[in-house]
Amino acid sequence: MDFRVDLGGLKLTNPIMTASGTFGYGLEFKPYGNLEELGAIVVKGLSLRPRQGNPMPRIVETPCGMLNAIGLQNIGVEKFLLEKLPLLPWKTTPVVVNLYAQSAEEFSDLTRVLSSEEGVGALEVNISCPNVKEGGLQFGQDPQAAFKVVNMLKKHAGSKPVIVKLSPNVADIKVIAKTVESAGADIISLINTIGGMAVDIHTRKPCITNVFGGLSGPAIKPVALKMVYEVCKTVKIPVIGLGGISNTQDILEFILVGASAVQIGTASFTRPDKVFTLVKDLRVKVEELGIKSWDEFRGSLRLG
Amino acid sequence: MNHKIENKKQRCQSLKVQTITYSGTRDFVHVYLDPPIWDYVPGQFVMFRPGSWSNDPVWPRPFSICEKTDDALRLFIQVVGRGTKLISCLRPGEDVDIWGPLGNGFSLKNDESVLILAGGMGIAPFVGLCKTHKNPGNINLLFGHRAPLSSYPYDELPENMSKEAMQQKSMEDLNEFQLVLKQKIQDFASKGRILACGPSSFLRAIQKYCLEYKADAWLSLENKMACGVGACLGCVARTTDDEYVQTCTCVPVFSADKVFL
Ligand SMILES: Cc1cc2nc3c(=O)[nH]c(=O)nc-3n(C[C@H](O)[C@H](O)[C@H](O)COP(=O)(O)OP(=O)(O)OC[C@H]3O[C@@H](n4cnc5c(N)ncnc54)[C@H](O)[C@@H]3O)c2cc1C
Ligand SMILES: Cc1cc2nc3c(=O)[nH]c(=O)nc-3n(C[C@H](O)[C@H](O)[C@H](O)COP(=O)(O)O)c2cc1C
Ligand code: FES
Repeated sequence: MDFRVDLGGLKLTNPIMTASGTFGYGLEFKPYGNLEELGAIVVKGLSLRPRQGNPMPRIVETPCGMLNAIGLQNIGVEKFLLEKLPLLPWKTTPVVVNLYAQSAEEFSDLTRVLSSEEGVGALEVNISCPNVKEGGLQFGQDPQAAFKVVNMLKKHAGSKPVIVKLSPNVADIKVIAKTVESAGADIISLINTIGGMAVDIHTRKPCITNVFGGLSGPAIKPVALKMVYEVCKTVKIPVIGLGGISNTQDILEFILVGASAVQIGTASFTRPDKVFTLVKDLRVKVEELGIKSWDEFRGSLRLG
Repeated sequence: MNHKIENKKQRCQSLKVQTITYSGTRDFVHVYLDPPIWDYVPGQFVMFRPGSWSNDPVWPRPFSICEKTDDALRLFIQVVGRGTKLISCLRPGEDVDIWGPLGNGFSLKNDESVLILAGGMGIAPFVGLCKTHKNPGNINLLFGHRAPLSSYPYDELPENMSKEAMQQKSMEDLNEFQLVLKQKIQDFASKGRILACGPSSFLRAIQKYCLEYKADAWLSLENKMACGVGACLGCVARTTDDEYVQTCTCVPVFSADKVFL
């Protein structure tokens, strides 16, 4: 079967991408597999200037998942372009830069810098980070703010496809999805982490200093699947599904409800070569199930 | 031999449990696994995740490499929570995903004297270090512990190194131990390198004395870790340059004057 996927301008050799913030800048995983075998590499959320992130502790394990409040610690876009991107195999595997900003202006500055970079395959806009005080989520929860940001990003993105990453922490995901589509988004990815909290009854303190964190991992898969299904029904642009994917069956479930590609997040923490293994195993699974083509299988969920 | 810090190639492998033995109670566990293909520097660690964990617990657990021989990789683990409890119940033949060697390890020269300060489970990385050291006569070890000494791999340390163990059962014991620590550090500061591994309160005390006496000291931190490869940014420590660095890759062994504990 032909494994390639075309996400409207972003062409992948297979539908498996990494999820931002769980795969570092890609290079961290070089000892564990061949980066060229991945559909795409999505790097840690970058801001215009380096960010320190939140105080420790920032992570806690929860049943079938984890909470994080990293707070977008990153080396800044300049250092990334200078020191990391040249070492990534962007000629064979698209490198998607996930970006974060606190204002519409900062988003446009970031986009300008990135749009002229040959090695950047697409931009993924994080309008859904629950762990930072300014920006992030507020763009993702307010349709008008989301429209403005995406519209402006598109103006500066040149030929780079713009992926808009949605937050599940909204009343109706369909409204936001529709809005960003009409604002010109090329692709939608979802879901980001779900707001959560953990406390310690011995110390009577929250388990992470930020008090709230974002839940990820297998625990969130049913929520993610529902939202991906709803969004796929609502928009015409390609959708990337993620949230709790840990094996090939999970991947096919997201494609079955309509996703064109998937991202692997927290599962990369369970084994650093996880995503590489999934690429190999998916071929076997697809063969086993007798799937003829992605076009035939995608969104072919039978109801009633 | 010079334990140089080299960027050894890391690997992720499924290794079989050979045996599990207990020292004293079932809370102190020695796990022996089939040997991995890599070599390591003492102070480095591995990520450990049994195949049977499937979706839960999600995270692997970090453990210092206690010892590695041609026959086995050995870890020394104390049961402190759910993950370590599950690990203590593993059976021979079960598969465990192991990735490593991670972190930078201790740097030391065989021909220089070294003071090792180990607190509790902090003894684990020093077992391999002492047993493979070419001149054990150069090693001075002070070991502070709560559980009975027989729970720890203390007796197997080379005969010809100098070692001293102190048990802390009460506040008085702890205060006395702190005084001895301080004295040792003061006496040793000009003589060579100090290596330390143990609980954070223990490391904080050591850091204080080492700064006071300007000792060349290296501390092995034990932060919570999710990935072990530098990707999640959950394990960072704040350095005196006001940077957050990943303890899993840039360390876990830190110069005492460079990190906030
Ligand atoms: C580099 C490194 C090397 C280590 N080497 C060893 C070793 O050789 N032998 C050994 O027994 N342990 C070692 N540890 C600690 C070990 O990883 C933890 O004890 C283990 O992860 C606890 O898992 P759990 O599910 O049983 O406990 P949890 O249920 O997760 O927690 C139980 C208790 O353990 C504490 N804890 C949890 N994770 C850690 C951690 N990473 N470090 C310190 N305390 C923790 C928690 O705060 C809590 O009080 C090391 C840790 C690091 C980071
Ligand atoms: C430690 C950590 C850091 C993350 N950092 C980012 C980030 O910088 N930008 C972003 O858009 N999403 C970030 N995410 C969210 C993931 O990309 C993903 O949307 C989420 O974890 C759900 O997928 P999963 O269950 O497969 O992990 C992060 C997640 C984790 C666990
Ligand atoms: S454990 Fe993930 S960065 Fe260190």
